[in-house]
Amino acid sequence: MDLENQKRVKELAELHGPENILVILGAAEGEAAGIAAETVTAGDPTYAGPLTGVQLGLSVYHVCEDAIKSELDPTVYDEQIGMMEMVLDVDDIVNEMTAIREQYSKY
Amino acid sequence: MNSVLKAASYVLVHAPDMVLQNGTTQTTEMVVNPDSEYLKTLPGHLRSYDQVVAYAPNQTYIGNMTPDELGQLAQPWTDKPVAGATRQGKYGEIMPQDEFLLLFQACDMFDLVHLERDFVARTRPAFDAHPLMDEYIKSRVMEGVDREQILRFVNEEGAEGIYHQGQLAGYIKRAHDVDVNLSAHVMMENMASKASAVLALKHLIRVSGVDAGQIDYVIECSEEACGDMNQRGGGNFAKSIAEIAGLSGATGCDVRGFCAAPAHALVSAASLVKSGTFKNVAVVAGGSTAKLGMNGKDHVRKGMQVLEDVLGGFAALISANDGINPEIDLGIVGRHTVGTGASPQAVITSLVLSPLEQAGMKIQDIDKYAAELQNPDITKPAGAGDVPLANFKMIGALAVKSGELARDGLNGFIAKHGMVGWAPTQGHIPSGAPYLGFARQDLLDGKIRKAMIVGKGSLFLGRMTNQFDGISFVLRANSGDDRKQREAIGKEEVRSMIAEALRAFAASLDV
Amino acid sequence: MSLLKDKKIIVIGDRDGIPGPAIDECLKSIGAEILFSSTECFV
Repeated sequence: MDLENQKRVKELAELHGPENILVILGAAEGEAAGIAAETVTAGDPTYAGPLTGVQLGLSVYHVCEDAIKSELDPTVYDEQIGMMEMVLDVDDIVNEMTAIREQYSKY
Repeated sequence: MNSVLKAASYVLVHAPDMVLQNGTTQTTEMVVNPDSEYLKTLPGHLRSYDQVVAYAPNQTYIGNMTPDELGQLAQPWTDKPVAGATRQGKYGEIMPQDEFLLLFQACDMFDLVHLERDFVARTRPAFDAHPLMDEYIKSRVMEGVDREQILRFVNEEGAEGIYHQGQLAGYIKRAHDVDVNLSAHVMMENMASKASAVLALKHLIRVSGVDAGQIDYVIECSEEACGDMNQRGGGNFAKSIAEIAGLSGATGCDVRGFCAAPAHALVSAASLVKSGTFKNVAVVAGGSTAKLGMNGKDHVRKGMQVLEDVLGGFAALISANDGINPEIDLGIVGRHTVGTGASPQAVITSLVLSPLEQAGMKIQDIDKYAAELQNPDITKPAGAGDVPLANFKMIGALAVKSGELARDGLNGFIAKHGMVGWAPTQGHIPSGAPYLGFARQDLLDGKIRKAMIVGKGSLFLGRMTNQFDGISFVLRANSGDDRKQREAIGKEEVRSMIAEALRAFAASLDV
Repeated sequence: MSLLKDKKIIVIGDRDGIPGPAIDECLKSIGAEILFSSTECFV
């Protein structure tokens, strides 16, 4: 994850309390989604950014996961994301996200 | 009258030492994690020059393989070296790093770059034998300096070391003691971009056969910024490149727009020619040292070789209609406007469907789409997926949605109207431009009638806006109208000359 | 329980997946609170 984005996540989690934060990802595929999710839960796996060794354990989902999608307005979702969702391998994304959440999410 | 795409050229520069020294993933790592395992293992993941030449996407980039031929090879292409691959290609070449460093020095007009004496002596014969390095460029290569001077400038004067095969081969010094915009690091990036653009422009002159003096405008469209602290992006790379390439009759300017810049530049060039302001406009861009090894961590983690080890460059010549070459149809220009939004479907609708609908055309009326052509060997292991494939799926999905294509025809649509990606992830380089050379040839050969070039850019990276961006245009087979017109004019002229001669003859009889 | 309405949201979109602003539009339409939104680029 971009270093500036890691810094913002860290600051916002400290400011608002990690239990109050939800991170929503738009990654293009499963592995990238998994790495981003790992970064905001277990720490930056690439050891480059401010979240290296920081285990925030944030709640994190990909926007195409049912838990998020089901709460959104279907018309707006269809307009903004619908067609891209057809292009993405959503099953792969869901599997990666679920695995990371089960392992590292605290909230 | 529409302008035409007269020629396109493509160059790659193998730059393994620049991956280590100048790629931002690596330079960032040196700051935050100088003893990291990644930095230790990275050199072992670099490819040799011969491996880079034999890599199928690179052979495609310089025109020795077609996108169709590349598409027939199973991915990944990393373990399928091309037998008999050559450095020279139909559209350009893959230059080795040592020769490039001499060109790099030759492009320096401010006594900033100094190479080591022995390195110059060793490399010079190959450089001097290069068919495109003219006397002017060769005369600019200096004899070189001794090692002590290099060490002094690198250690004491804030100069950036220039490396070859892991050894210090020279330095580029800062152009100002205080101004960060003229720091050695920035000068390195800009000079590498300039030098690779010069190489692309020299190849453009070669492949087009046009006299360098006939090119009257140059639009440079890379992602670098040259200027000083009072005008950080002041520019004009274009003119600095034209100067070295010997385009004495040209002026020019730079166009920026992240990865969409080449498409913006090509539309501008076509407009300048169509309006009659200029007759031959060269669009050119060199490569980005910053992006070398950008996804290197992922490649190394997966035990792969680091594939982002080349600088990319391209050039295209847009000329007045000659009745032969493919036309740039400015009646069909897709545009991502401020109001379009960032939703992927809105983006692709604005760039593809809307302009076609306005022209009374359907998505399938375009034979080939060239959107972003990033090499999937590079992007898939890095988590960005197969970018061209995602674009073609979106275009196909739009065709389904608009009712012109059956849902089960989607894969067939992608195979027929799309293509695999072969361009290095050099930002602006993959965005549609790599297809221009093949498109021109296929349009000339009658294999296709229309192609759409789509450029897309991530403006939000500049932190000035959250806007996305894009622009597209259509290349079409030359209608020949212009030639017919000229032939018609020719006949008319002959008739009037005959009439004039007859009148003169009759008048002479009257005397 | 609502996942989106009870939390403060950070959006990390992707240029080649779902960009941040597209996710923002979806969240805004249901009145969710967005703290920060960004888009990553790997190319």
